[in-house]
Amino acid sequence: MAAAIRRRSVAYFLLFPGAFWLIVFFVIPLYFMAKLSLDTEIPGTLHYHFTWHWDNYKEALELYDTQFVRSFIYAGIATFLCLVIAYPLAYVIAFKAGRWRNLMLFAVVAPFFTTYLVRTLAWKTILADESPVTEFLHAIGLAPNSHILYTAVAVIAGITYNFLPFMVLPLYASLERIDVRVLEASKDLYASASSTFWKVTLPLSLPGVVAGTLLTFIPAVGDYINAEFLGGANNRMIGNVIQSLYLTQSNYSSAAALSFVLMAVIMVVVFVYIRFAGSEALMGQEAV
Amino acid sequence: MSATPATATPGRGSLSAETGVARAWRWLREHAVNIVAVLVVVYLLIPIVVIFVFSFNNPAGRYNFTWVGFTLSHWSHPFSNTELTNALLMSLKLALLATVISTIIGTMMALALVRHSFFGRRVTNFLIVIPMATPEVVMGASLLSFFLILGTPALGFETLLIAHVMFCISFVVVVVRSRLIGFDRSLEEAAKDLGADAFTTFRLVTFPLILPGIFGGAMLAFALSIDDFVISNFNAGSTVTFPLYIFGAAQRGIPVEVYVVAMILFFGTVLAMGFATLQQRRAERMTAIRPEQEESDIALPGIA
Repeated sequence: MAAAIRRRSVAYFLLFPGAFWLIVFFVIPLYFMAKLSLDTEIPGTLHYHFTWHWDNYKEALELYDTQFVRSFIYAGIATFLCLVIAYPLAYVIAFKAGRWRNLMLFAVVAPFFTTYLVRTLAWKTILADESPVTEFLHAIGLAPNSHILYTAVAVIAGITYNFLPFMVLPLYASLERIDVRVLEASKDLYASASSTFWKVTLPLSLPGVVAGTLLTFIPAVGDYINAEFLGGANNRMIGNVIQSLYLTQSNYSSAAALSFVLMAVIMVVVFVYIRFAGSEALMGQEAV
Repeated sequence: MSATPATATPGRGSLSAETGVARAWRWLREHAVNIVAVLVVVYLLIPIVVIFVFSFNNPAGRYNFTWVGFTLSHWSHPFSNTELTNALLMSLKLALLATVISTIIGTMMALALVRHSFFGRRVTNFLIVIPMATPEVVMGASLLSFFLILGTPALGFETLLIAHVMFCISFVVVVVRSRLIGFDRSLEEAAKDLGADAFTTFRLVTFPLILPGIFGGAMLAFALSIDDFVISNFNAGSTVTFPLYIFGAAQRGIPVEVYVVAMILFFGTVLAMGFATLQQRRAERMTAIRPEQEESDIALPGIA
């Protein structure tokens, strides 16, 4: 009995600093932001008092609904592109790469080793008007004005590139876990390569698809670096709005309201998606 | 001939009639997925190559976006820009401290989660997953709200450190926990049977074995911290880290040294990765020396 109590107090001792840090600097700040989102500014003072001012939400959403919807569209397209681009790569690394496997995995994480902002600046060079990439796309008719930078295409391209590793790694992890004998069994039973893929490989890799989609989509919705560097005035996303309301316009209540709506909508999307995909793959598998 | 299973070679019989074009087409179809994968790898690496190439550029204006001419001058004096160097040093200091703190705290948490059962376990798991599922803007904004309303500490290095430790903890826990789950508990039992107390067992057996996991978690924390822009953007006050410096510079012209420093960081990380991989292999060899392994594998199903 005494031993059990001691063991339990050891657990709480180990847990305390981390739980404390996360509660004080993550959970409580969310509460403060919730409060701020319902405050009214005392005119001209930058001081706020709490008034249950729900109109903050209404006003913020009416003003910035375009950016809000745009963020979800951009992030959705980018996530889909990531899935389509990442799957063949993850598949090859898991099943076909052989001795090239580690090198290919290295290539997947290598972009993380260069600074995020510098990587995005590199895309500014790649997509510039006179660059070979733009000229090529123009030649095959994909860039009618021979102009990509500062358009939606550039922003989505940047997001797709920057978050691609978040898609490849979980996909690879779930594909690698598939027992090759299952695939062989499918072939032995005269399934064609494509029906083996659609009926065996893909369903078995679904946890990876779910995890990768979430890990890509969530940071993509809130991102504002790609829109800032690669987009124009018509490509601003909700992250840009929140950032400038907080940091340059000091309109804290609207910014807090927008942040909250963003978080709430993401939560809803995530829960619906997980329900729909029927999987509990979001990293938090219960520890054994 | 007909004995070959109908797997990869349908229509082989008409091979003689196959033209060169058709053969090329078939080769392409069979290797399509490999070709796509190689193209994706190239796509992943292109911006890194661009950064590397443009670190040798000699741009005409204040921006380093179009190629003008080759020069080594930026590589020979990468730290000549004091503003940039100070920002880099600030980032390194911040990342180092945030890594040490979050690695210690995160490892303790992972140990608690894997090794102990306690009331509030599910809530704790939730508390760890949620920060990873929250967009950075929201985290940055809420933390800024918190500091603004409290009025203390003043925005600057302390608030940055608090923020960085906060978002690193979850990742450290996840990495260390995965290492602990694959851990062979019988090694600890052996140590205890040989008379070691709990602390000695931890120091001489558990800790060295989970060290690669801890090291991996620490590396991830360091990488996340040194590269963080969004949360720092909100909570830095007038303190400037490397990413914040680039963001500020992007509006008034980007010195080529930024590209040089980015490449130095890249090569530094690659070296650290190589070192970590070696460590991992050593630890794997350490656990592999277990002559009784085969026996126990055979015996186990009988017991169960």
